[in-house]
Amino acid sequence: MSGYQARFKVWRGDVDGGGLEDYRVEVDEGEVVLDVIHRIQATQAPDLAVRWNCKAGKCGSCSAEVNGRPRLMCMTRMSVFDRAETVTVTPLRAFPVVRDLVTDVGFNYRKAREVPAFVPPAGLGPGEYRMMQEDVDRPQEFRKCIECFLCQDTCHVVRDHEENKTAFAGPRFLMRVAELDMHPLDAAADTGLDRERAAQEVHGLGYCNITKCCTEVCPEGIKITDNALIPLKERAVDRKYDPLVWLGSKIRRRGAGG
Amino acid sequence: MATGTEPPATEPARARGGVRGATRAAIAAPHLRTDRWWLAPAATTAGLLAFVVYSTWRAFADSDYYAAPYVSPFYSPCLAERCRPMHAGPNWEVFGGWWGISPAIIILVFPLGFRLTCYYYRKAYYRGFWASPPACAVAEPHRTYTGETRFPLVLQNLHRYFFYAAVVVAGILTYDTALAFRDEHYAWGHMGLGTLVFLANIVLIWAYTLSCHSCRHIVGGKLKHFSRHPVRYRMWQFVGRLNARHMLLAWASLVSVALADLYVWLVASGAFDDPRFF
Amino acid sequence: MSVVDRQEWDVVVVGAGGAGLRAAIEARERGCRTAVVCKSLFGKAHTVMAEGGIAAAMANANEHDSWQVHFRDTLRGGKFLNQWRMAELHAQEAPDRVWELETWGALFDRTKDGRISQRNFGGHEYPRLAHVGDRTGLELIRTLQQKVVALQQEDFRETGDHEARLKVFQECTVTRVLKDGDRVSGVFGYERESGRFFVLEAPAVVIATGGIGKSFKVTSNSWEYTGDGHALALLAGAPLLNMEFVQFHPTGMVWPPSVKGILVTESVRGDGGVLRNSEGDRFMFRYVPDVFKEKYAETEEEADRWYDDPDHHRRPPELLPRDEVARAINAEVKAGRGSPHGGVFLDVSTRMPAEVIRRRLPSMYHQFKELADVDITAEAMEVGPTCHYVMGGIAVDSDSAAARGVPGLYAAGEVAGGMHGSNRLGGNSLSDLLVFGRRAGRHAAEYAAALAGARPRADDAQVDAAAAEALRPFSAEAEADAAHEDAGAGGRPPENPYTLHQELQQTMNDLVGIIRREGEMRQALVKLAELRVRARRAGVEGHRQFNPGWHLALDLRNMLLVSECVARAALERTESRGGHTREDHPAMDRAWRRINLLCTLTDPTGGLAATGGTGGLAATDPTGGLTAADPVSGRIRLTRETTEPVRPDLLALFDKEELVKYLAEEELYE
Repeated sequence: MSGYQARFKVWRGDVDGGGLEDYRVEVDEGEVVLDVIHRIQATQAPDLAVRWNCKAGKCGSCSAEVNGRPRLMCMTRMSVFDRAETVTVTPLRAFPVVRDLVTDVGFNYRKAREVPAFVPPAGLGPGEYRMMQEDVDRPQEFRKCIECFLCQDTCHVVRDHEENKTAFAGPRFLMRVAELDMHPLDAAADTGLDRERAAQEVHGLGYCNITKCCTEVCPEGIKITDNALIPLKERAVDRKYDPLVWLGSKIRRRGAGG
Repeated sequence: MATGTEPPATEPARARGGVRGATRAAIAAPHLRTDRWWLAPAATTAGLLAFVVYSTWRAFADSDYYAAPYVSPFYSPCLAERCRPMHAGPNWEVFGGWWGISPAIIILVFPLGFRLTCYYYRKAYYRGFWASPPACAVAEPHRTYTGETRFPLVLQNLHRYFFYAAVVVAGILTYDTALAFRDEHYAWGHMGLGTLVFLANIVLIWAYTLSCHSCRHIVGGKLKHFSRHPVRYRMWQFVGRLNARHMLLAWASLVSVALADLYVWLVASGAFDDPRFF
Repeated sequence: MSVVDRQEWDVVVVGAGGAGLRAAIEARERGCRTAVVCKSLFGKAHTVMAEGGIAAAMANANEHDSWQVHFRDTLRGGKFLNQWRMAELHAQEAPDRVWELETWGALFDRTKDGRISQRNFGGHEYPRLAHVGDRTGLELIRTLQQKVVALQQEDFRETGDHEARLKVFQECTVTRVLKDGDRVSGVFGYERESGRFFVLEAPAVVIATGGIGKSFKVTSNSWEYTGDGHALALLAGAPLLNMEFVQFHPTGMVWPPSVKGILVTESVRGDGGVLRNSEGDRFMFRYVPDVFKEKYAETEEEADRWYDDPDHHRRPPELLPRDEVARAINAEVKAGRGSPHGGVFLDVSTRMPAEVIRRRLPSMYHQFKELADVDITAEAMEVGPTCHYVMGGIAVDSDSAAARGVPGLYAAGEVAGGMHGSNRLGGNSLSDLLVFGRRAGRHAAEYAAALAGARPRADDAQVDAAAAEALRPFSAEAEADAAHEDAGAGGRPPENPYTLHQELQQTMNDLVGIIRREGEMRQALVKLAELRVRARRAGVEGHRQFNPGWHLALDLRNMLLVSECVARAALERTESRGGHTREDHPAMDRAWRRINLLCTLTDPTGGLAATGGTGGLAATDPTGGLTAADPVSGRIRLTRETTEPVRPDLLALFDKEELVKYLAEEELYE
């Protein structure tokens, strides 16, 4: 197998505007989309802005949309495309564009700050933590997250509705809430923090309509919807929609009022 | 600066409009997908519509739902006086004589509610019927979106209670399947093609019911420490394995329940004669 | 010119990998207002690439383990060239640093009784690496990142501002450390996104920028690894130590070409993977050097029994330190027994059931499946050496991580030298980051606090000069035109920075790579001098907003400086030891054990002219251009230094027979 000339369309521009520009570029055997973007950069457009780091699918920097689908460019092999096909690469479309393929992902860092951190258990010093593997399996799956923010990009709650960005944390950070809630030694409850209630009341879990796009795009294969978001919804039901609990709180409130 | 290399000073204007908002990369198309992304929602819609049409007709038909020893799963349990008598069958006249329409309506509320609030079906009809979103990274046509935060969709949180009801219904359908080991004269120890249809259906119904996300939560998912509850951990793992196939089971049981009803209708209406094995 | 944004901080940390974040956390917890500057987004640092684990003698998997054993392994791995006090502190403090991560929310894999599980790794006598599958680096960086956020949440509760006492300046590059006399006064840098310049004034600066791998063509390192910190320290007047020692990881992917160099974790071998040549021979048995003879198995049967019963059998030779394995693979390929794409075979498929492979090596399974279309549960991987780590680095004080000769400058992590001697053991890197990151943060904080009343000032002239230096690539074209007029037909168009970078990588890979020869290294120095001259004409198009061509043009300065250090030091050291292999001096020489090579800038004026060139900087030092253009002298001066003798109680941890192999006669008798 030898190299060939591929047709690429790459979005160039900034917040003031821009558009898809055409490139003809050499593609060699075994290459990924990021290799081709780098070749365009080295030979035709030295100022083409693109984020990347490890080029091995471990850092989650080179997120973009390839033929309209949120992907890591370093993990999208050219062999999945037909040679005659034009490959279109655009920046993530859920976030404000900075330049070319680079977007402002500050939304995600703001949301990260809104999730209260792990609370270490009182009375356990360093080295005294004991946790069973079966108990850490669940949060460990979520900690595989490389924060590529493809799930945040594809989620229609914020992708199609900018105004929801205030109320909705997005799949990545709801998963973070789930991770902490399933951490075998997290002592948030002892400090009066109810992560399950907060998931719904603070982080906007109710906006999720479990249409599973986050799971579809996750390059780490994390079952975000089935293992994090739905269990979190069920835990919120425990807190808020269990009739017995609801009745109990009503009675308590009435007692306090009278 | 003299070099002309200072970046342009911009104050990005916040505006609504999703992917075509003012701050996003200027791309006019609502999506740039080149694959057949519409196929999955279209197929889902077609499949669900077909079931809705068929089941509505059958539920209101109020006829041909019993052919001894088989009772259509749409009409089981049959809770009105107007029900066809079924010898030792699931017809308990709870509702008496005032119930004037098809008795299927009384009981179908529960499996319908279970499936309507099911986490898989929600995905299916949000995408297929409501285009919210139609497919991943395809812009949805709605101006506003509040998801499941408000009435009526906040009621989706009641899924768990429909699950409890669905377990009862599945129990009754299991009873029906046991009754299907009789012949048309209610003598035990017989089997026909219908028995097999009922068996297949009840296995799928149970698999779908138990693979439910609420079930997974209740049996063990709610626990923080599996290591302290080894039995529930095993149950959670088992339900988890089923749960991974929840979509498949949802469709398979939907088809099987319709087929079981269709079979009863064919036999009851005389269009087909139930082949007896022994 | 000076419309540069200035901010005051107590401690500035350059780099947000494991060492940088650990330093920042420490400085902030000790009450300093701390700024972290990093080239990438927060949480993307190269640390995420670390797969195997964190070496720490917690003795969870084998009760015989202790810091003394860990220290011994580290010194053996480094061929006794380690700064022994660093190795001692590292071995002693690593367990505390790992346990501390748990209190910040890290979730390591567990043993049956619920403690942190530890795995085997090359060069470690006992299973010692705390790990999370094969994504330990990700866990480390995420835990530190989340701890930073936790501190910011704390500050928010107190002050209403998340960034009041700890701020991350992400996607920013530091191009200069500023000085007030001898002392550090801050840093100068630019925001990648906007191209705007900024100055962070601070009495203490911690450099934690990682390594230099991007100067080599085949490397496991990410784009950030351009030796920035090494160059910043050099330019600030601090010496670099033993830069000739560059670790080539034995197992990088060799195919397809676009992923050549990407790492295949050592855990593949720790968990049972074996190396074979094209003849199916498990060749590592033939490459066990004398110093390791007693520790490693001689037959396949013996080696295979070790995986189940490590207490009663010797280790398989696949688990020799990295330098040995890399050289062996190189030799096999050279002898014509390589795999089709120029590597050797690393096989787990015949050693473990597919299910076990997928569970224990999930990211390797996916890496090969997705990048090379190879199913490692069914066929062997093709692997070969890849530039992975630089043992050399900024010369620091062992206890305080303070850079020598520049008060206020600290260094931790890969950018600091000494800890690993001539070769680093797998797993010792992550623990190094934590142990010395914390120490650097602590001492920087103490230093800054002591100066509270008399902070050094950032000098306007230095800021202006740094800004002019950073802007030069935009005017390269104009300069070339001017040169054209001056020199008649001699003028040339600006150089493409990408081309220069490729030529540099090729040069270092071919001429100063894994096996080195005197003639080739001399050739390399000539080529580096030529590239240095051409790099002054590196020009870029467009404007300053997120312009990768410009960023690369600026990074080239650092890569060229560091490459010259590597080449000069490698030429000087006429022996083979650890990560430095001379074909013309193939043996380890005990006389060289006591010798450190220090690199400093030839230009003693503080280095602002070190990049030479005809831009604004030439005015400050008219000789700058001349020095830079002279290939023989170059910009780096080497000095030899005799190391401090190893403390007797530490030497007593080794057998006499073993010490004889490493130490010179006179050291033994002392």
